Amino acid sequence: MTENTSTNKINSYQKEKNREEMRKQIITFALMIFFTMIAFFAVAMGISSMFVIPLILILAIVQVGFQFYYFMHMKDKGHEFPALLIFGGIWVTFLVGVTFVTIIWW
Amino acid sequence: MSNAATQKRAFSAVLWDYLTTVDHKKVGILYLMGGGFFFLLGGLEALIIRIQLIKPENDFITAGLYNEMITMHGTTMIFLAATPLLFGLMNYIMPLQIGARDVAFPFLNALGFWLFFSGGILLNCSWFLGGAPDAGWTAYAPLSIQSPGHGTDFYVMGLQLSGAGTLMSGINFLVTIVAMRAPGMTYMRMPLFTWTTFVTSVLTLFAFPALTVGLFLLMFDRMFGSAFFDVALGGNSVIWQHLFWIFGHPEVYILILPVFGVFSEVLPTFSKKRLFGYSAMVFATFLIAFLGFMVWAHHMFTVGLGPVANSIFAVATMAIAVPTGIKIFNWLFTMWGGSIVINSAMLWALAFIPSFTIGGMTGVMLGSNVADYQYHDSYFVVAHFHYVIVGGVVFGLFAACHYWWPKMFGRILHEGMGKLAFWTFFIGFHLTFFIQHFLGLMGMPRRYWVFLENQGLDTGNLISTIGAFFMTIGTIVFLINIVYTAVKGEKAPADPWDARTLEWTIPSPPPFYNFKQMPLVRGLDPLWIEKTEGNGKMTPAEPLDEIHMPNGSILPLIMTAGFFIASFGFIYQTDHKAWLIALYAGMAIAIGCMVIRSLKDDLGFHISKEELEREAD
Repeated sequence: MTENTSTNKINSYQKEKNREEMRKQIITFALMIFFTMIAFFAVAMGISSMFVIPLILILAIVQVGFQFYYFMHMKDKGHEFPALLIFGGIWVTFLVGVTFVTIIWW
Repeated sequence: MSNAATQKRAFSAVLWDYLTTVDHKKVGILYLMGGGFFFLLGGLEALIIRIQLIKPENDFITAGLYNEMITMHGTTMIFLAATPLLFGLMNYIMPLQIGARDVAFPFLNALGFWLFFSGGILLNCSWFLGGAPDAGWTAYAPLSIQSPGHGTDFYVMGLQLSGAGTLMSGINFLVTIVAMRAPGMTYMRMPLFTWTTFVTSVLTLFAFPALTVGLFLLMFDRMFGSAFFDVALGGNSVIWQHLFWIFGHPEVYILILPVFGVFSEVLPTFSKKRLFGYSAMVFATFLIAFLGFMVWAHHMFTVGLGPVANSIFAVATMAIAVPTGIKIFNWLFTMWGGSIVINSAMLWALAFIPSFTIGGMTGVMLGSNVADYQYHDSYFVVAHFHYVIVGGVVFGLFAACHYWWPKMFGRILHEGMGKLAFWTFFIGFHLTFFIQHFLGLMGMPRRYWVFLENQGLDTGNLISTIGAFFMTIGTIVFLINIVYTAVKGEKAPADPWDARTLEWTIPSPPPFYNFKQMPLVRGLDPLWIEKTEGNGKMTPAEPLDEIHMPNGSILPLIMTAGFFIASFGFIYQTDHKAWLIALYAGMAIAIGCMVIRSLKDDLGFHISKEELEREAD
């Protein structure tokens, strides 16, 4: 019986949560488009590439983070192992990259 | 009682069953049979190497054949024996330990086995087709680029096939452990063997791509005229070494971590105590995996990477001694004060601890980059890695066989023969390899076809060869034991060892659906908890209901046959363009199978409730 009376409450809680989620998605989406525009304008305005390349790389990393955490739900519970594996993979790739750059090609 | 096991079935029916199986237990047995076959093959090659080195300037085999022997011994033992034997165990045992009815992707599992097996067969075809690979199991460029004939081509294609199979299985195990644990089986309640399977699979996932890339580059250099490793055309041969060891070092942890898991099952069971420092063991496993990825260049100290790079890799290497030490001490403390039963499985586990510790100690010696300039490419290195791989992995495999044989085949291996096999192999192992430390320190280089008289190497090599024969006898006794057990062995109850984990709650051998009802796990060592606090049986976590099972399929075998044919096409198209037909036909078969698999729905079948009730135990 108690469950019956509280269904509305759960629904409204869920609704609130969904709304929150949607807002986050839209904000992230807008930010990503904004970042992309910054990247385009930085190139179009002909600023020195010493500045533009690091800027674009940083924006790219942030965007990958958004992609993982918001659009692919890595921020939600139950995604610890995928996160562990992704970061493990990034770490291995990073190590390999650093080694190749420093002791083979430098 | 299961009817299928007692009824006599036609040989062809059994064969067809195994060719089409997607059952993790049967795939596990296939892995064990395939791995066991290649283990014997690799052992035979080892014996031939030792006979060649029995006396100075021996000419038992020619220099060229000797090079093929050492290459094939290393390659076979690492890729085709140790790895598949371990994957077979994981395949069989891990789902039982977490209370799953199968692995996450049964079809992929079968495909993984067939790819491994066809890769091994392909590699060994080279013996009959103009010579085996002869550039060492590491196939260093530029030697592997210049090696004449098709030997190294077989190495490339064979390892590519079996590597793909291994990678698939690794991913499969990961998904299985993350998604298919029984109710109540939280991560920190998983048995250590399951944990090490998990970490091993992570290592497989990250390490094998490096091998795949390396092999592709080598393949293009050898077969399609590229120059990735050709210095004369602007390539860089050191890249092969890096790629190989980025894979190769994690690979040795892929080999050793599962047997750490095996010992962490065997020691508590036969000491009647829970594993000492469970969470420290899990943590140490992760730490070994983590550190294992930043030490690969310790295989390359003498390449000339420079003092800074060498020092960084030396320090990281020595750091691995810490988590390994944690494990060694935890095993000792597990036995401390326990009521210890010494049987064959336990003997292998007990012998492992000092043997592996010696290997670990020489490992730290080799990890010191300054000292390594002395040890490099000498028999000291050979002694070191045989101490960790034989003293660790092979001992672990024997322990696991004795421990899980009743579960897998329903019969207990004969104890007397088990002990005889242990003692002959154990004594033979130390005879063979302990002396090699000193041979190495006296300056005997590895991989040399002959050594000269009166340089102080004669007696040592003779002793080493005698030891190899002892190991052979041990292995043969074990084989006889298998046959004897299959014919006359004692029938095993569900729980012959008074053990602690979930796989011992179901009949030996398990029914094809494993668990009639999912068990409810109440803590670490679930069976032990039920024995001490409950009624000795697992509480079901669900009512008896229909079980959904996957259908068998012949597609994995056909798909693999396609890749196998295509590999021959790749290898021989350098001789004559007509071989391109084999390449395209093979690929067409493989891709055709993929298309069929993708488009044809196979929803599996259900075992009805009535049928399950009929098979009441």
